[in-house]
Amino acid sequence: MEKDIEALLTEHPFFKDMTAPYKALIAGCGKNVRFDAGQLLAKTDDPANEFFAIRHGRMSIELHSPERGPLILQTLEAGDIVGWSWLFPPHRWKFDVRAVEQVRAISFDGQCLRGKCERDPAMGYDFMKRFARVFMERLEATRLQLLDLYGNVSR
Amino acid sequence: METSLAEPMLTVPVRVRKNRRESDDTRTLELVFDNPANMPAWRPGQFTMLYVFGAGEIPVSISGDPARRDTIIHTVRAVGDVSRAICEAKPGSAIGVRGPFGSAWPTDRCEEHDIVLVAGGIGLAPLRPVLYTIMANRSRYRRVSLLVGARVPDILLYRGEMDGWREHGIDVRLTVDAATPGWQGSVGPVTTLIPRIELDASDAVAFIVGPEIMMRFVVQALAQRGVSLDRLFVSLERNMKCAIGFCGHCQLGPAFICKDGPIFAYSQLQPWLSIRNV
Repeated sequence: MEKDIEALLTEHPFFKDMTAPYKALIAGCGKNVRFDAGQLLAKTDDPANEFFAIRHGRMSIELHSPERGPLILQTLEAGDIVGWSWLFPPHRWKFDVRAVEQVRAISFDGQCLRGKCERDPAMGYDFMKRFARVFMERLEATRLQLLDLYGNVSR
Repeated sequence: METSLAEPMLTVPVRVRKNRRESDDTRTLELVFDNPANMPAWRPGQFTMLYVFGAGEIPVSISGDPARRDTIIHTVRAVGDVSRAICEAKPGSAIGVRGPFGSAWPTDRCEEHDIVLVAGGIGLAPLRPVLYTIMANRSRYRRVSLLVGARVPDILLYRGEMDGWREHGIDVRLTVDAATPGWQGSVGPVTTLIPRIELDASDAVAFIVGPEIMMRFVVQALAQRGVSLDRLFVSLERNMKCAIGFCGHCQLGPAFICKDGPIFAYSQLQPWLSIRNV
């Protein structure tokens, strides 16, 4: 039997240690989704109305180049969050998102969540701190990718 | 090597039996001794000094199976004149070898523990002997994770052996900085794999090899998972020349990397690794 969204939030690292009332509020904006390998979940410049908490499988963040086709910038897996364009105007995806393999995730309605965060600033702050950590981790990962981290060992 | 340390500067000639291409600039060489009795015993993590006549000598980690008594294997990336000459050595040609030298991975400390092996680029080469040791004694170890990062898929080492490693219950995860068409694995730095592995952090042991910047961030990520710093071991490379602690080129704080290392507990050298220009 499929677990309800609140129970799934408890298992996802992004929501770790979040209070039960907040989880209950957030769960009201979520639904279970499943994507097949190769399926495009989000397309650059399309309205960004949602984000995903991955439960299983791998997604890729891509940029389409007319000359080179899809360029994978990063992959994300179970335990990760995908998408933050829903948080900031103009609420449009900056990159493509594709399921590399079959993916199970929780999809959250961005407008629903923004409304709840506005009405409950304490919950909004809790939520933003969690996203800020994701921003920090992604920025750090991107910086390391830019370094050619493995390139200078002679052995 | 029982290049006896009474004659640690004496280079012994060896024959190149095979020279296998790993990538555009990286080769794996199988070396054999004319007299098999001269074949030295060695332990995972140790290195030898490889000498190309007329070109010079460099330290290279041993990357083969420590149980094999017929050959000694090194994986070398061509980054300078000597390493390029080694990579170009033809089967049948002779090069020189001294060693083995240095400390070994503390594989005995890993028994009954989870093990995390983290390699960046050619750093997988000094960890491959550990994999052979684990596979030969698999029941002695608990969960084993191998995390490998590379700039692009084409330069990942030993791709043909990885299915065999997985068959021994090793969780092998690969990631690249830049994917090429057809790549189905992860994209991102090797640190991003650390939160994904199954791990009993309270008593896990980790071996880490790669450039020092990479190792620093890997250490941070493992510490964030809860792995104790005194259970993190790194392999260092710092300008090793004589390999026996005489010349001082590789000195780092109180240690000579060639003689006291190259394998160190991270906590042992941590204060020195953050000092600039040392």
